[in-house]
Amino acid sequence: MSIQANDVLDAKGLACPMPIVKTKKAIKELDPGQVMEVQATDKGSTADLKAWAESTGHQYLGTVEEDDILKHYVRKASVAEAKEEKKYEKIAELSTLQAKYKEGATITVLDVREPAEFAFGHIPGAVNIPFGELVERFEELDKKKELYIICRTGSRSDLAAQKLTEAGFTNIWNVVPGMSKWDGPLANER
Amino acid sequence: MAKTISTKELAQKIINHTKIIILDVRNTDEFDNWKIEGGQVEVINEPYFNLLDSVDPVANKLSKDQEIIVVCAKGGSSEMVADLLEEEGYITVYSLEGGMKAWSEHLEPIKIGDLKEGGSLYQFVRLGKGCLSYFVQSNGEAAIIDTARMTDVYEEFANEKEVRIKHLLDTHLHADHISGGRKLAEKVGGTYYLPPKDAEEVTFDFTPLQEGNDIIVGNTEVKVQPIYSPGHTIGSTSFIIDDTYLLTGDILFVRSIGRPDLAGLAEDWVGDLRETLYSRYKELSNNLIVLPAHYSFAEELGEGGEVSARLGDLYARNEGLQVEGEQEFRKMVTENLPPQPNDYQDIRRTNMGKIDPDQEKQKEMETGPNRCAVEG
Repeated sequence: MSIQANDVLDAKGLACPMPIVKTKKAIKELDPGQVMEVQATDKGSTADLKAWAESTGHQYLGTVEEDDILKHYVRKASVAEAKEEKKYEKIAELSTLQAKYKEGATITVLDVREPAEFAFGHIPGAVNIPFGELVERFEELDKKKELYIICRTGSRSDLAAQKLTEAGFTNIWNVVPGMSKWDGPLANER
Repeated sequence: MAKTISTKELAQKIINHTKIIILDVRNTDEFDNWKIEGGQVEVINEPYFNLLDSVDPVANKLSKDQEIIVVCAKGGSSEMVADLLEEEGYITVYSLEGGMKAWSEHLEPIKIGDLKEGGSLYQFVRLGKGCLSYFVQSNGEAAIIDTARMTDVYEEFANEKEVRIKHLLDTHLHADHISGGRKLAEKVGGTYYLPPKDAEEVTFDFTPLQEGNDIIVGNTEVKVQPIYSPGHTIGSTSFIIDDTYLLTGDILFVRSIGRPDLAGLAEDWVGDLRETLYSRYKELSNNLIVLPAHYSFAEELGEGGEVSARLGDLYARNEGLQVEGEQEFRKMVTENLPPQPNDYQDIRRTNMGKIDPDQEKQKEMETGPNRCAVEG
């Protein structure tokens, strides 16, 4: 499957430092939380992009190599996301979810991260509807079923839980902290 | 536009112990793994992507009137950062041409001494990697020991000295760098020698190195005597040149000793390593000058940039030679070993002729420090 991105930057054929210089410039045009695909051929760009993202707070998602082209995925940091006050009350600890998995219980996990984040690793069997599309797509979900909502740190999933409550969902849980601390099995779609 | 400095000029500064400041703008992981060291070098790290908006992050570490050499992986980012520093009023800023990639390949010849019956011995110092190779020339002929991959450097040197390269010897099957011995032997019509016990899996023809079969360089009496000295590898062989110099390969270094684990058999080879270091070498003259195939510490570079020591002095002060108990020795060389060299298994396979990566790939495989020593 191809990984979705909000914007694609072509840095093919450019040598260091240009891939990073261009990425830095281009990411300014994105909205917080959006994902950029950076295409590069410079082998050093992977380590540098990762280190650059760490030093700036952007989220490096991963890299896919296709026909000698490196496709790096970076998600633009959003200040609001980290600062958003959590309001949804029904919270499930990640450890609870993990325990349920071990027992082999049937549970439905809704992952509201961006498809690119989802693609680089998610809980096996999880359903992906990015937070931005939830309002249009909540009908894909079964209101009667118990639903565990997860994102990377618990912020987007909190907002998602609130939106779903407004839409009439009652049996839902916000999983905290989120995929950033998940150490159970991972599936990816690469 | 900022000026550039060549790897040759930088090497000269290091071996002359000139005080220099290096600003390494690679990312910190790469910097921590491997950096420029030696002489009077002071090196600071700040990744280039933190300097794009402003050079403030390094402003309190550098002064505007000192000479600064900016270094990156390949020379592109260092050029940009050097320009940024110049714009901010730093007066003498250089960018290292070709970056660490070129630095890794630079070989600096240093004369070790003249030989008794005419001729001389040179040590080629690979400052970027800590590898040492040797060029013996006498009466129009030359032998090279532990030839590095960049064979054109030796060819040019031989042309300058007007000698013909006849013998190419490797002390052992290397795991940290790709040997240029076979390639150069083919090119100049010379003979490539390897210790037979290290060459059981090689895919090409070679001449075995054997104790008692001395190699004569030139028409005079410059002898290269092979001494079987297993331990780093099962075949490791040392050479005594002109009854004066002991080329120890990766068995004995100036400040440390060889590690026995790079061919996967640490436990088996510990005994050999101990036997070589504590018995075989002890029977040799204390006055021999030890010339190893590597160095690991910048402090090992001598006054003129050479790496050498008297064998007797090493028995007095090299920590790897002071371990009384066999168990203690075994523990030292099998536990707490440094990380293995980058791509060492593929490097071994390349040196056996089993794989033949392209030039770019070979350069990549050799990146990083040599790590062939046990640091006691």
